[in-house]
Amino acid sequence: MSVRRLHSEQPASFEFSKENLEWAHSVIGRYPEGRQASAVIPLLMRAQEQEGWVTQRAIEYVADMLSMAYIRVLEVATFYTQFQLQPVGRKAHIQVCGTTPCRLRGAGDLIRVCKNKIAEKQFALSEDGNFSWEEVECAGACVNAPMVQISKDTYEDLTPEILEELIEKIGKDEPVAPGSQTGRQGSAPASGPVTLTDPSLYDGSRVKWGLGADMGETEVETAPAAELAPETKSKPEGATPAKAAEKKPAKGKAAKSSAVKAEPAPAVKPAGEGEAPTLLSEPLDGKADNLKEISGIGPKIEQKLNALGVFHFAQIASWSDDNAAFVDGQLAFRGRIAREQWIEQARVLASGQETEFSKRVQAGAVSSSKSGGDA
Amino acid sequence: MAVMLEDEDRIFTNIYGIHDWGLEGALKRGSWDGTRGLLLKGRDWIINEMKASGLRGRGGAGFPTGLKWSFMPPKQEGRPHYLVVNADESEPGTCKDREILRNDPHHLVEGCLIAGFAMNAEAAFIYVRGEFMRERERLQAAVDQAYEKRLIGKNNIHGYDFDIIVHHGAGAYICGEETALLESLEGKKGQPRLKPPFPANCGLYGCPTTVNNVESIAVAPTILRRGANWFKGFGAENNHGTKLFCVSGHVNQPATFEEAMSIPFKELIDKHCGGIRGGWDNLLAVIPGGSSVPCVPADQILDCPMDFDSLRGLGSGLGTAAVIVMDKSTDIIAAIARLSYFYKHESCGQCTPCREGTGWMWRVMERMARGEAQKKEIDMLFEVSKQVEGHTICALGDAAAWPVQGLIRHFRPVIEQRIDQYTANPKEDAAPLAAAE
Repeated sequence: MSVRRLHSEQPASFEFSKENLEWAHSVIGRYPEGRQASAVIPLLMRAQEQEGWVTQRAIEYVADMLSMAYIRVLEVATFYTQFQLQPVGRKAHIQVCGTTPCRLRGAGDLIRVCKNKIAEKQFALSEDGNFSWEEVECAGACVNAPMVQISKDTYEDLTPEILEELIEKIGKDEPVAPGSQTGRQGSAPASGPVTLTDPSLYDGSRVKWGLGADMGETEVETAPAAELAPETKSKPEGATPAKAAEKKPAKGKAAKSSAVKAEPAPAVKPAGEGEAPTLLSEPLDGKADNLKEISGIGPKIEQKLNALGVFHFAQIASWSDDNAAFVDGQLAFRGRIAREQWIEQARVLASGQETEFSKRVQAGAVSSSKSGGDA
Repeated sequence: MAVMLEDEDRIFTNIYGIHDWGLEGALKRGSWDGTRGLLLKGRDWIINEMKASGLRGRGGAGFPTGLKWSFMPPKQEGRPHYLVVNADESEPGTCKDREILRNDPHHLVEGCLIAGFAMNAEAAFIYVRGEFMRERERLQAAVDQAYEKRLIGKNNIHGYDFDIIVHHGAGAYICGEETALLESLEGKKGQPRLKPPFPANCGLYGCPTTVNNVESIAVAPTILRRGANWFKGFGAENNHGTKLFCVSGHVNQPATFEEAMSIPFKELIDKHCGGIRGGWDNLLAVIPGGSSVPCVPADQILDCPMDFDSLRGLGSGLGTAAVIVMDKSTDIIAAIARLSYFYKHESCGQCTPCREGTGWMWRVMERMARGEAQKKEIDMLFEVSKQVEGHTICALGDAAAWPVQGLIRHFRPVIEQRIDQYTANPKEDAAPLAAAE
């Protein structure tokens, strides 16, 4: 619990602006008859947005509006820590997330910046009255840690230098862009998304029935209760809607082969494009390599590769981009070969060396690479 | 076993916000596709299908979602049913719902309609945490779009009258607890209610209510469209489906992404986050499910499948699948002490063991982080944490106790070493050693 009290100096009055008053009535109207107290948090929040902090007069004003006892609204205002009960910086109140995930990425340094540039203590105003800061608990942007929140916006992936610059810019009323400060796309990995690269997700080919349409009785598979045995496969057999959507050959296939090279959508190639690599009818000397030592190849994929005529690391190591595209198209790997760097791994293994992954496979530490894991 | 999830099997296709979040983009990605057809199949079909899919609640506890939906009593005159969506995502380490709210909101809006229909609800309240202001604006915009196109509301094209109200909190972690959330939604302090009565019988405004996590609701439309068997095809027995993971801390590239359940930890990190900072030998410990679950040391977690049951086997849990990774540069005692501060700050003050216990545990943890303690206090701390656990109305007391217990269980030598160091070389101005409280 944190102890929170009203500020010692309070303004004489509070009133919603005309615009806010209108908004407040619309909010109250959202809740069922007689349940207008539900609007207390939104209304207090709007009062804070208007004044910068929650004053005693605002608490009483909101209580009157909602026919609530003053003490009930006072309880709410002191319970919820997002309500500022004292004046905050005119230009910015900086809320630094200080919980462990942000700490691990350097939130402590951000707090030092705030202490140096704003005020030694949280909630204290800077000398010019423009800034104040506080350490808040997890603000829910842990993947982009460390971060600060200023008013409605978050500023993520910060370093002490960037934060100093940010404070200076706000002090000079220069515009600042919210979000990641290192140019990251949302919460994707810093070097760009690893997943969601298949353009067929976005071209509308997954839509099967359409908005507001009924669906035919037979089209969605109902789960028969008997068939709920544990599934270790990635997909059950049978037509799922996405499968059905793929039957439109032109769009689906074209999109797929463009995904192979991770190029943007326009790279349209006919299906089956690519050049076949050297394929064998049986392994040389009758003994195939353990392809599962390549990270990304499990027993299922090894079977598929064997069936196609690929048995040796050396074969994979010699693939050109076109060869890879061919295998990708044949076995519907959707760009796995490049993404998981099979060819690079195969080169290492073909030369008789080991990779970190292959060592673990040999040690039996990778359950997904054990033969018969699927059986 | 687990093969990497293919893009075509990912439910949330716009979590990075690259594409249009709005209705037009969502329609192209397959939202609202044949929703009317799903509703026409009827309540029982929807609930059975959800049960068959094996979906377990994505908010942390892992309760089967379909089963929860089936708990709603028959409708009575004058007693509306409500669906409440818990978007009060505040568990440290967790930032998955944020991506749904701001980048893929129509999954949630559609899910609300379907879930609301299945439980005979007349309205859904979505309770978004106060700090997510931009996310709330985005969600509200999506709801407005749905109203405008008559996808929801009175006389909509789906033939089931249904309202969605976006509500918000104001920075209280405890409101993530379902009954505290209901209190807050009614305009009170967010202090959890005693159960029973359970919300299914007496929830929001005293009416039958079901509270679900954002992700649980948002995956429902896709599960129903593609079939329970499709969803059940991922993950180990009893831990099915796909899941949003958010990996933070000392990995090379922290990220949020959707992956099949039961993927081994090492594969998860290598594929999506570029490995551990400084290599795998540099890994110290992992908190696999948000701050409330105990940490797991490096050697135990490497090959552990990331799902509810496997992690429970390690004395931890999947929680919200918020993976906090700590490398060997971490001061693990200080890291857990900071979590203790978090729980002290967020305790609602209702139950004495939690109100007093969280503060006490934090103060002792702070001293232990400096080494300014006695070794017998380690056992005392463990004892006290056991006295907090299970003796409170809600699970916040448990959540505060578990990280401390996990630390003592796995890193006791580190604490003792710290105490030895301090004893050998005490700061001269330090306060005298005594169990203060």
